[in-house]
Amino acid sequence: MSVTLVSCGGESGSGGNFDGEVKVGILHSLSGTMAISETTLKEVEEMAIKEINDAGGVKVGGKSYKIVAVAEDGASDWPTFAEKAQKLIDSDKVAVVFGGWTSASRKAMLPVFESKNHMLFYPIQYEGQECSRNIFYTGAVPNQQAEPAVQWLMDKFSGKLGKKVYLVGSDYVYPRTANTIIKEQMKALGGETVGEDYIPLGNTEVAPIIAKIKKAFPDGGIIINTLNGDSNVALFKQFKASGIDPAKYPIMSFSIAEEEIRQIGPEYTTGTYAAWNFFMSLDTPASKKFTADFQAMYGADRVTGDPAESAYNMVYLWKNAVEKAGTFEDLDKVRKDMIGITFAAPQGEIKMFPNHHTSERVLIGEAEANGQFKILSDSVKAIPPLPWNQFVPETKGFTCDWTQDRPDAGKFKM
Amino acid sequence: MELFFSQILDGLSIGSVLLLAATGLAIVFGLMGVINLAHGEFMMLGAYVTYVVQSAFKPMGGVIFELYFPISLVLAFIVTALIGVLLEKTLIRQLYGRPLETLLATWGVSLILIQLIRSVSTAMTLGIIVGVVVGFLLSKLLGAKYSEKPFFTYLNGLGWAVAIGIGLVAVNLFDQIRPLAKPWFGPRNIDVTAPKWLQGSWGMIGTIELPGLRIFIILLSALLLVATYWFLNKSVWGLRIRAVTQNRQMSNCLGIPTDRVDSITFGIGSGLAGVAGCAITLLGSVGPNLGAAYIVSCFMVIVLGGVGNLLGTVLASLLLGIIQSVIGSGTLLTIFPDMPLAAKGVIEFFATTSMSLVLVFIFIIVFLQFRPNGMFPQKGRSVDA
Repeated sequence: MSVTLVSCGGESGSGGNFDGEVKVGILHSLSGTMAISETTLKEVEEMAIKEINDAGGVKVGGKSYKIVAVAEDGASDWPTFAEKAQKLIDSDKVAVVFGGWTSASRKAMLPVFESKNHMLFYPIQYEGQECSRNIFYTGAVPNQQAEPAVQWLMDKFSGKLGKKVYLVGSDYVYPRTANTIIKEQMKALGGETVGEDYIPLGNTEVAPIIAKIKKAFPDGGIIINTLNGDSNVALFKQFKASGIDPAKYPIMSFSIAEEEIRQIGPEYTTGTYAAWNFFMSLDTPASKKFTADFQAMYGADRVTGDPAESAYNMVYLWKNAVEKAGTFEDLDKVRKDMIGITFAAPQGEIKMFPNHHTSERVLIGEAEANGQFKILSDSVKAIPPLPWNQFVPETKGFTCDWTQDRPDAGKFKM
Repeated sequence: MELFFSQILDGLSIGSVLLLAATGLAIVFGLMGVINLAHGEFMMLGAYVTYVVQSAFKPMGGVIFELYFPISLVLAFIVTALIGVLLEKTLIRQLYGRPLETLLATWGVSLILIQLIRSVSTAMTLGIIVGVVVGFLLSKLLGAKYSEKPFFTYLNGLGWAVAIGIGLVAVNLFDQIRPLAKPWFGPRNIDVTAPKWLQGSWGMIGTIELPGLRIFIILLSALLLVATYWFLNKSVWGLRIRAVTQNRQMSNCLGIPTDRVDSITFGIGSGLAGVAGCAITLLGSVGPNLGAAYIVSCFMVIVLGGVGNLLGTVLASLLLGIIQSVIGSGTLLTIFPDMPLAAKGVIEFFATTSMSLVLVFIFIIVFLQFRPNGMFPQKGRSVDA
């Protein structure tokens, strides 16, 4: 089951005095469970492409090229992602692929991009512990989201509720890895993880978890939530019914953005916390313009959020890099010139680091009744990425630097 | 003691959701022998009916809005029951006694329903209406002229094919008009808000919190169970349904309208699924894929309880609920704190949601080794083939 959409980003644009075209691949799930989230990424990427084309396209070597997007459907099925990535590279001959959401889909595509020495941009916050020559990561790694959030929780609540956390997550790679990191961090902070629980993706029965939380924290305590998708709705609805109220039980979520709140219902999430690199409520001209442009294109009832922003950024980062490199065909040169590229993103300026991850501004917000976040903590400046986690003993002291000419540049001891 | 009660309450809450979801299927699968894989999608339709009712009540606000839920329970039953009857009359009827084919056909129906909810828009509805009307007119027209001819079946089929074509063209035409093309629900999950009186807790007994919606679901499933029992055992139609289940030919000879009995049975089964769907909006998310999360547990309950036995369905769902809650929350450790280290390790290992589900499946497999037909195997003549 595959849908091939060839959409010309600039057809309604400036009419086009282009010297040529450059094909890029967009690979997200347009059907299946993940379609709900990933369709937005495709829309944002197409918006960025349209903006670039309207502004005259990509200028490489004195010529201007129109970007043509080839969209493929990963169908929420990880082997399909690998297959479609191969198709985009081999038969469409795209210059770059923008794609993925779940870590599982990225892990499935990784061998394809490495064996073909091609280039993938991946837009979602993830668990880190990976650093590929062929992937550029524009979402947060734990030191840009989870770690500052845990620190913030401890600073704010440990006086009243003690240095204890309960971890709830979906049963797959991201929550398990993220929770491993959080547990190590809690240990380093002199705190304790009193319980952790994983729910299969899509499961909606959370009564046993509620019983366990109440047993662990009879009078309130800190909960860290890495659930993905539908289970969140069940969790928040049933929390409310069982008297787990955010005033006594502060909840920090890592996968709930504006779009998810719209689906859960703001009355269930009000008072809970989230950590991201961008909030729709971020009060800067760049942020406001991004949201306004998105709503103008896709409807006034739509919301933006961190994943959408990261997806938007990666298109521009690629454009800036190929313009600097003067080529989009010589991928080694593009990769080299990608390092240090900056972009004035909706969140503020971000920069690509030698470890192929971007710096990110860290924001912590509290969900409000209107479905938006009130920003409580703001790092203002972008925090540099550390893909190999420094709390986990196995990766402590390791780093990644693709500008160094060494065979183990992806992971070596500092 | 307190722990015991709170455990029983948790088990009851999980079990009652299973029971609610499985009662409808117990009728359709148990009495009619139809493996209805679209059962979960009927639940999904019930949930969407709730959403529509809620949206209609929202502008009124205040006390009236708080009352939307009982109304949507009733409407969910009526709407899904009607759709069930329609499905029975058009499709299921052709497939009685061919379980494998009903399985495939109802799976197809479930996919159609999911996609329908994702993409239904005013334009699409109008197009479908145009197609159906044209189809009926064509088949009437052709029927009047050629109904005696041997090639009439093919001609009729051709007529319907033309009607479908016209319908598709109509959908595309209507789609050009912006306001008509906007999907009603879209592929995204939607937000159904429980009324205020169901959102919070209903007070405490001792130190045990009584979550409003859980108690409500327990009461609702008990009520539906009693109603279903009464209908099947005390009402005239119930008697006819049981008669047809036992011996179709004989019932037919005695003047029971068996095809109407089939429609009603299937309609009630679907209607109960709709009510379950409506109740489930209180617990979890509402989206086109809602049904998939429940269909497996429904069949699990019915197989464990014994096909065609309401009492078995009740016991099986409560048993599974209690196992899941006792194991999943690791209560055994609190009750017996001094148990040997090895046993403690095993219990801790299974004390997560994923692992307690695994344990439930293991339990069912082992149980079916000893009683392959479930707790209460049906005696005597089963559904006629």
